[in-house]
Amino acid sequence: MATREDIFQKVQSTLVDALVVDPEEVRPEATLTGDLGAESIDFLDIVFRLEKTFNIKIPRGDLFPEDVLTDPSFVQDGRLTAAGAEELKKRMPWAADHITEGLDIQDLFTVDMIVRFIEMKLNEVAASQN
Amino acid sequence: MRWIWIDRIEEFRSREYARSVKNVTLAEEHLHDHFPGYPVMPTSLVVEGLAQTGGLLVGEATNFSGLVVLAKLARVTFFDYAVPGDQIVYEVWIKELRPEGAVVEGKARVADRPLAEAEIVFGRLDEKRAGEVVGNRFANFRQDMLDMIRLSGHVSGAGDSSAEAGD
Repeated sequence: MATREDIFQKVQSTLVDALVVDPEEVRPEATLTGDLGAESIDFLDIVFRLEKTFNIKIPRGDLFPEDVLTDPSFVQDGRLTAAGAEELKKRMPWAADHITEGLDIQDLFTVDMIVRFIEMKLNEVAASQN
Repeated sequence: MRWIWIDRIEEFRSREYARSVKNVTLAEEHLHDHFPGYPVMPTSLVVEGLAQTGGLLVGEATNFSGLVVLAKLARVTFFDYAVPGDQIVYEVWIKELRPEGAVVEGKARVADRPLAEAEIVFGRLDEKRAGEVVGNRFANFRQDMLDMIRLSGHVSGAGDSSAEAGD
């Protein structure tokens, strides 16, 4: 079972490939949209590459819940509403401590969040095999 | 002007691979400006040829429901230019195919001379979303692409979908 550091290395190189940024920019606290310049189509590319790298399936909306982010009752003026924060915490339990009402959605997805999501998925796979 | 940058489909294996050709001719007006005295096929149009070939592959996989859009060029390398008289061969392989989009790998060459390589990411809008976003604006383009497949007569694996596509 890979360590968090192993996972981070692989996520880092995946994001370097997908977003054409330098490895040094891909720090754990870097935000995908704000710091690394990711756009919505990049999210699709990132999911494809992560699946390939880690040999897992990431159903649509699991890692990046677009339906929540495009719902006006959950996001207003680019920030999470109270309802939005609550809904996202449910959908993204691995990131719950990072999600608050008023959070700018550009700051929502961080590199570390992806690492934690992958860790969670790999644990699920390992558990289902035991 | 119809925006078709491939002339004929030579091979088409549904959900897998497609090969098309594009003849570069001095009758193409833009070549006289690109460049004066030194006509070369613009590299952006070489990429467009790869994207159209790939787009056909991706579109055919869902029987052309919805709309396939070029979303991202992940990696593109150019090796050489194509000039009038050349026949560009475009080959595209599907790497990833989903309802929401696809990734293909494309290679362009003139005979054995490599021209370009690209990794292309497509998004796919389902019928409803396509209608919301573009309405009927791309109806001509879609029909042109459907005609290309029908005229090539080379679609394998697609079976009935190629017959329906021409309706």
